[in-house]
Amino acid sequence: MTYASGLRCRECGHDYEIAPIYTCEWCFGPIEVVYDYDAIRAAVSREKIAAGPDSIWRYADLLPADGDVAVDLGAGFTPLVRADRLAAALGLGEVWIKNDTLNPTNSFKDRVVAVALSKALEFGFKTAACASTGNLANSVAAHAAHAGLKSYVFVPADLEAGKIVTTAVYGGNVVAVDGNYDDVNRLCAELAGAYPWAFVNVNVRPFYAEGSKTLAYEVAEQLGWETPDHVVVPMASGSLLTKIDKGFRELHKVGLLDREPEVRVSGAQALGCSPIAKAWLDGADTIKPVKPSTIAKSLAIGNPADGYFALDVVRSTGGAMAAVTDDEIVAAIQLLARTEGIFAETAGGVTVATLKRLAEAGVVRPDERTVVYITGHGLKTLDAVVPVAGPTATIPPTIEAFTAAFDVEEQ
Amino acid sequence: MTVTVRIPTQLRSLSGGAAEVALEPGTVSEVLAALEAAHPGFGERIFDPAGAIRRFVNVFVAEEDIRFLDGADTVIADGQVVSIIPAVAGG
Repeated sequence: MTYASGLRCRECGHDYEIAPIYTCEWCFGPIEVVYDYDAIRAAVSREKIAAGPDSIWRYADLLPADGDVAVDLGAGFTPLVRADRLAAALGLGEVWIKNDTLNPTNSFKDRVVAVALSKALEFGFKTAACASTGNLANSVAAHAAHAGLKSYVFVPADLEAGKIVTTAVYGGNVVAVDGNYDDVNRLCAELAGAYPWAFVNVNVRPFYAEGSKTLAYEVAEQLGWETPDHVVVPMASGSLLTKIDKGFRELHKVGLLDREPEVRVSGAQALGCSPIAKAWLDGADTIKPVKPSTIAKSLAIGNPADGYFALDVVRSTGGAMAAVTDDEIVAAIQLLARTEGIFAETAGGVTVATLKRLAEAGVVRPDERTVVYITGHGLKTLDAVVPVAGPTATIPPTIEAFTAAFDVEEQ
Repeated sequence: MTVTVRIPTQLRSLSGGAAEVALEPGTVSEVLAALEAAHPGFGERIFDPAGAIRRFVNVFVAEEDIRFLDGADTVIADGQVVSIIPAVAGG
């Protein structure tokens, strides 16, 4: 069962019944799920969670879909890896990597899609759809196949070839749209009014977005039911960042944490698409949309719907934001791979490059326990590192050639 | 001389169910004011109490976000289409 009791507009507070709606009829503000936290507090315990499945569904009591009828490919419960070598390289102390590359389709989107399509089945939808920068496309196509739903996935036509292949292989419809992500999103917002489909990031979005909270729940559980001092999170729409903040707070609200969490939340964007970071850096209250131009395509949302809430979270928790260049992104992908053996997609490069910037600025401090969210696998964006990662040497198959090419110290 | 305003699903109760409304050309402000005059109720949904377009309302003229054009002063020419679209989240 679920303890979701209704929906409410985040902007004006207007209440709604649970239904596949996503914007407030009054002010167009985004709609959020409302829970009966007293009932959740009575139902959950650390022991019950520990006895649950090794997936996001161990936290079903805190999610808006019924865990008993869940669409489950095994999303979530990914490793939290202590990153001492990365920490040393950046002059930091206790750093952890939440390695969410290890999901069924290799990005955190499996968390949100599992919740969205579970809810879509409850609503009786037969077709799943989404606008995507790639990772969501992979995940919707895979989960739809697993659940026996039809799928229509809309992506910008200039997306990395790898992300098209890894969506199309699941057999749904892949629609390449001439335009950027914001064009695709606008099209889907209009299509959602015309077709009776579950658009995971449109009409099922209030439920979908809640799946991201599990990234906070897992980190707290994996740290022995403690929270980090600081988290660094990539931002596209800004939804992930706000839901991680919400997740830590909810754990305390339902009695799973001994102390009220004080987690500083910092946000990462690529300079070529940094509308939220720019507002933060400028101290501005309005977010101006941009036309994206960055190798971090999974973060290339020029008109971020949750940007205002992300700004609020970062400001109120004492975090910071940075906007990093494409060169910094590639260098950070290499830094993470070389120090920790974790290969991140470009969004992970954005996050690690932001960690580096914030460490250098003294914002992320050596005395803080810091968690860095790596949300997608490097195999998704091979193009970004092809120019900088190749054979160390190419030699004929002889010992002489090898010894001529390498001065190996360890004989 | 008309422009077409596409009405989002959430607001069609105000337009008698119509998905599109034809109006005289003008600036975004003028056309949206004419929409309010033709179908009372649109104004308070689209504009905040201070008269600015609400921050979660996106207005597109000929498929372009007016924040890349001249905002509420953007001129909508004869035959162009205006879309009113809620902000949606990404992925």
